Amino acid sequence: MSGKDTGNIRKLSGIAVSPGVIIGKARVIDRSKVKIFYQYLVNETQINKEVERFREALEATKEQIISLKNTMPEQIKKHSFILDTHLMIVDDSMLCDSTINAILNEKINAEWALKKTIQTIKQLFDQVEDEYIKERFGDVENIAERILRNLAGKEPESLSEIKERVIIVSHDLSPVDTSEMNIGKVMGFITDVGGRTSHSAIMAQSLKIPSVVGLETATRQIADGDIIIVDGNSGEVILDPDDETIIHYQEKQLQHERYESKIARTSHLPAKTVDGHDIAIEANIEFLEEVVVAKDYGAEGIGLYRTEFHYLRSKGIPSEEELFEDYKEVAEIMAPDPVTLRTLDLGGDKFSSVMDLNREINPALGLRAIRFCLKEPKIFKSQLRAILRASAFGNIRLMFPMISGLQELLDSKKVLEEVMVELDHEGVNFDHNIELGIMIEIPSAVAVADMLAKHVDFFSIGTNDLIQYALAIDRVNEHVAYMYEPFHPAILRMIQQVINAANDAGIRVSLCGEMAADPLCAYILLGLGIEGLSMNAGGIPVIKKIIRTMSIEDAKADFAGIFQLETAKDVREFIANKMRDLFPDPDDRSLYNHE
Amino acid sequence: MKMTDDRTISKSDKALIKIMRINNELGIHARAAAKIVVLAGQFKSELFFRKGDREVNGESILSILTLACPKGTEVEAKAVGEDSEALIGALSELFEQKFGEGK
Repeated sequence: MSGKDTGNIRKLSGIAVSPGVIIGKARVIDRSKVKIFYQYLVNETQINKEVERFREALEATKEQIISLKNTMPEQIKKHSFILDTHLMIVDDSMLCDSTINAILNEKINAEWALKKTIQTIKQLFDQVEDEYIKERFGDVENIAERILRNLAGKEPESLSEIKERVIIVSHDLSPVDTSEMNIGKVMGFITDVGGRTSHSAIMAQSLKIPSVVGLETATRQIADGDIIIVDGNSGEVILDPDDETIIHYQEKQLQHERYESKIARTSHLPAKTVDGHDIAIEANIEFLEEVVVAKDYGAEGIGLYRTEFHYLRSKGIPSEEELFEDYKEVAEIMAPDPVTLRTLDLGGDKFSSVMDLNREINPALGLRAIRFCLKEPKIFKSQLRAILRASAFGNIRLMFPMISGLQELLDSKKVLEEVMVELDHEGVNFDHNIELGIMIEIPSAVAVADMLAKHVDFFSIGTNDLIQYALAIDRVNEHVAYMYEPFHPAILRMIQQVINAANDAGIRVSLCGEMAADPLCAYILLGLGIEGLSMNAGGIPVIKKIIRTMSIEDAKADFAGIFQLETAKDVREFIANKMRDLFPDPDDRSLYNHE
Repeated sequence: MKMTDDRTISKSDKALIKIMRINNELGIHARAAAKIVVLAGQFKSELFFRKGDREVNGESILSILTLACPKGTEVEAKAVGEDSEALIGALSELFEQKFGEGK
């Protein structure tokens, strides 16, 4: 995963997370901190100049904040209070007078003086016990960063200002970054860090744009405005392509588009195997707007509606009414097909500052998802009310994330029952027989799957987290991302254990990780006996095509052999060979060949 | 940092001190502190807050925030200047109205 020279062409290689080929202009999001240097000022003239330079940077900072405030989109205008606070901080005597005093008295440059001031302010904030006030230090740091950029003569970054079609090159992208972005102008994402399931990967897949992550040095090697080629099939990024290379990739691009449209034409056909088994193929979505795309791609339901983006986007806790309207609309559009609403999975990499959560050293193992909801019953109940109310308008299923054991499930069900009683008292109409399921994504839940199965209507195996927790790898850490391996025999055994537990209890079991959209995985999962797959809409046509070509009985027979294989590499080769036999047409090579 | 303690108050200036209690649910957080700063900016007098042995500039949002005043805290507000009475009056009202939060 490093740069290599092949002739004159510089290439980077990383992990391909969303297919397609694009050629376009890079837009490098520079989040690195401005370097702070020390300088001793020798005379009065220098000192006065330095104070003047600092005052100018303050003015420029204020002007930038005011213009940000003026260009704010209507729907988020109510948050302009934050910018008013920022303006006050720029003017604050604690910040500006102290910095100017430091320049004058200690004869040091503005950058160093500001750094010292910020350190003093940090000490004061550190002593405060109130977590909400403590967090405001983040605003001070934000302002200091702006002032430093102005001292260095650099323009601040704003993702909402993207005007032409670009390829985003960034160290990492957070959900907040992408929600601020003018998505229509983004041709693709490439990042230094991240793995197959990082937020930027999931975003790119649902937007159907190419993406490569884990490139390590992309932001250092690519300059703003460079023409680059991103190959989301092979995971390669070409840094300074010559004409010949551009023509070659234009052909590749065309080929990919032709293939996509060819299989898309058949995606409305049902996912029935040659031996007559129907497999439920559903879509994972994050926003209401994606429902239409999901239907276009032939989704027969929504297998996973990730509800937390509502909480991140509105920059505050959304009202029950707001959630209800959103859920109702999704249910109505999809009816009679099912919509599976997963309750809030906040925490982990979707950290939101508005919730007053402390920064955790280990967010993936911290207060998130159902744990957070059980601790904050008000927030949890408000969402459950919205979901239940919406259930009167379509076929809604309810699903709890991150269940680690039976007690947690029973506690969550108790809250759900309380909400149902409340709604009955109020005479509100809802589906009393709403189907309840849980995500199986923690190894402990796999171990007690038989116990959990007695209390729910369905299981949904969340492989993104299950793989991360089972293999002990941080999925956003680029140094271990290569270990993220769905074909690890341990993972296959765990999936089989869950499917067996569900079958014994007579409940449905499906799978909703990125694994569901990987052609090789799909074959193996069906062989394991999975009844449904839920994936990003873009992956549906390919998976449906595979299902319509294969036989479950064959896959099951193969699986007996696969279970004997001891390494992920052997499993992968075995399946790839099988797929080569199933799809001899060279056009279909991309189904089993990712290189 | 500007040391407010060694500021000399001339005899002719009117210095007015009043003890105020914070009654709103959230205490003095960013929004409330911002309101105090805006209010203080409308008067010629200077404003200071004292809690324990720390006195801070009442026109600095960061100073007010780091004074850390949760619900129930008592702070000493001191206005120095020709319109100190009006400033303390307006400030009392803001505190009584719980910074417009209604809680």
